[in-house]
Amino acid sequence: MALTDLANPSRFLKFADGVIVWLAGLTVVGLAFGIAQAMLAPDDYQQGATVKIMYLHVPSAWLGMLCWGVMSVAALGTLVWRHPLADVAAKAAAPIGAAFTLLCLVTGSLWGRPEWGTYWVWDARLTSELVLFLLYLAVIALWGTVEDPSRAARAVAVLTLVGAVDLPIIKFSVDWWNTLHQGASVFRPGGSTIYPTILVPLFIMAVAFTLLFATLLIAAMRNEILRRRVRTMQLMQASAAS
Amino acid sequence: MIPLAAVVVRDMRIAVRVGGGALMGVLFFLVVVTLTPFAIGPDLALLKRIGPAILWLAALLASLLALDRLFSADHDDGSLDLILTGRAPLELVVAAKGLAHWLTTGLPLVICAPLIGLLLNLDLPAEAALALTLFVGTPALTFIGLIGAAIAVTLRRGGLLLAVIVLPLTVPVLIFGVGAANAAIVGPMPFGMPFTVLCALTLASLVVGPFAAAAALRQEME
Repeated sequence: MALTDLANPSRFLKFADGVIVWLAGLTVVGLAFGIAQAMLAPDDYQQGATVKIMYLHVPSAWLGMLCWGVMSVAALGTLVWRHPLADVAAKAAAPIGAAFTLLCLVTGSLWGRPEWGTYWVWDARLTSELVLFLLYLAVIALWGTVEDPSRAARAVAVLTLVGAVDLPIIKFSVDWWNTLHQGASVFRPGGSTIYPTILVPLFIMAVAFTLLFATLLIAAMRNEILRRRVRTMQLMQASAAS
Repeated sequence: MIPLAAVVVRDMRIAVRVGGGALMGVLFFLVVVTLTPFAIGPDLALLKRIGPAILWLAALLASLLALDRLFSADHDDGSLDLILTGRAPLELVVAAKGLAHWLTTGLPLVICAPLIGLLLNLDLPAEAALALTLFVGTPALTFIGLIGAAIAVTLRRGGLLLAVIVLPLTVPVLIFGVGAANAAIVGPMPFGMPFTVLCALTLASLVVGPFAAAAALRQEME
């Protein structure tokens, strides 16, 4: 089933109804397995059990950036390929990505208090992640400002593509600037510097978070399509009454 | 009392909807606070010292945002004429709109300020003092802002004029608000002294604001 087959909203709704139960089930299994592996993983020799915040903090950071990537592809879908469900995907993804980014900021802040002695520091990595959160809020605000969703879609698409410049800044901030946040230890030239007993549960949690994102996204897209149908029917009813 | 309650509920519903100012004020507050370390530098000790001042300035500017459309929106769709010819006293209706504005703009700021204070490295006594002074001071900002909003009601580009009118009038509130917050942190002045003056300023603005705004509206709408 090509992406173009799913361009029809009714066909997408049928697809969503079928696939969402499986996705939700896989998500639950993935999260349960990931958390179990995270609990079984060894403590850090310096941080002790505090290091296990990483299993929430790092996947949510990755998902926050992945979600903006998904929104950027959807933005291209709106502006370039004129896919009918592209703006539905973009609108549905924004709050989910904002939630992942907020989770990353909060877990990072709670991790920083015992390890660095401060809840917050204005270094490049934290600041660029906070800017990403503000960009998410700006996109959500922009969606809420224009009444007609399809007109809002084009403005939001431009903002999304402009905001995508933050993603490489976040990724390379620890290389380009002198930051309190540690440098790259997973995706770096020369391979990861984390020992497999800690790295493998991290990847399992990342996969589980991605499944969670997919489940929430499809559910939210379904809701958005239904919400637009309700709005259209209300408009039709209002114009029929007058 | 029921027409006034209806005005409050209506204004709150409009504020949380499309284009309303409700959560936009909090977002603006967060953006201004995020910008300050880019301008001032990331020195946490410095940010801690001027943190209350930055948060007060940001709260002042964020309160100003939603004032622009407070009366102009009603003027554009004709509800202001209905309000002026209605039976409820104009001063009370204006006060009700001010209450709705504070509930949707000022109160969210007060609730979010401690969380955003963490970004500026404020500690618990500073956060508590700041939240309390903002809680008492933001109604003053709203009700003084009513005066400017009423004066600028018929203007198309009233936004900047509104700021120019309102900001000088809010200077005393700013002085005593930041003064109280700093007194709680560094002393030697006791917290109560500027705080009671701040309370007095708010109570005075709760009366003067609606009366002045109502007089301005009657002048503008003739």
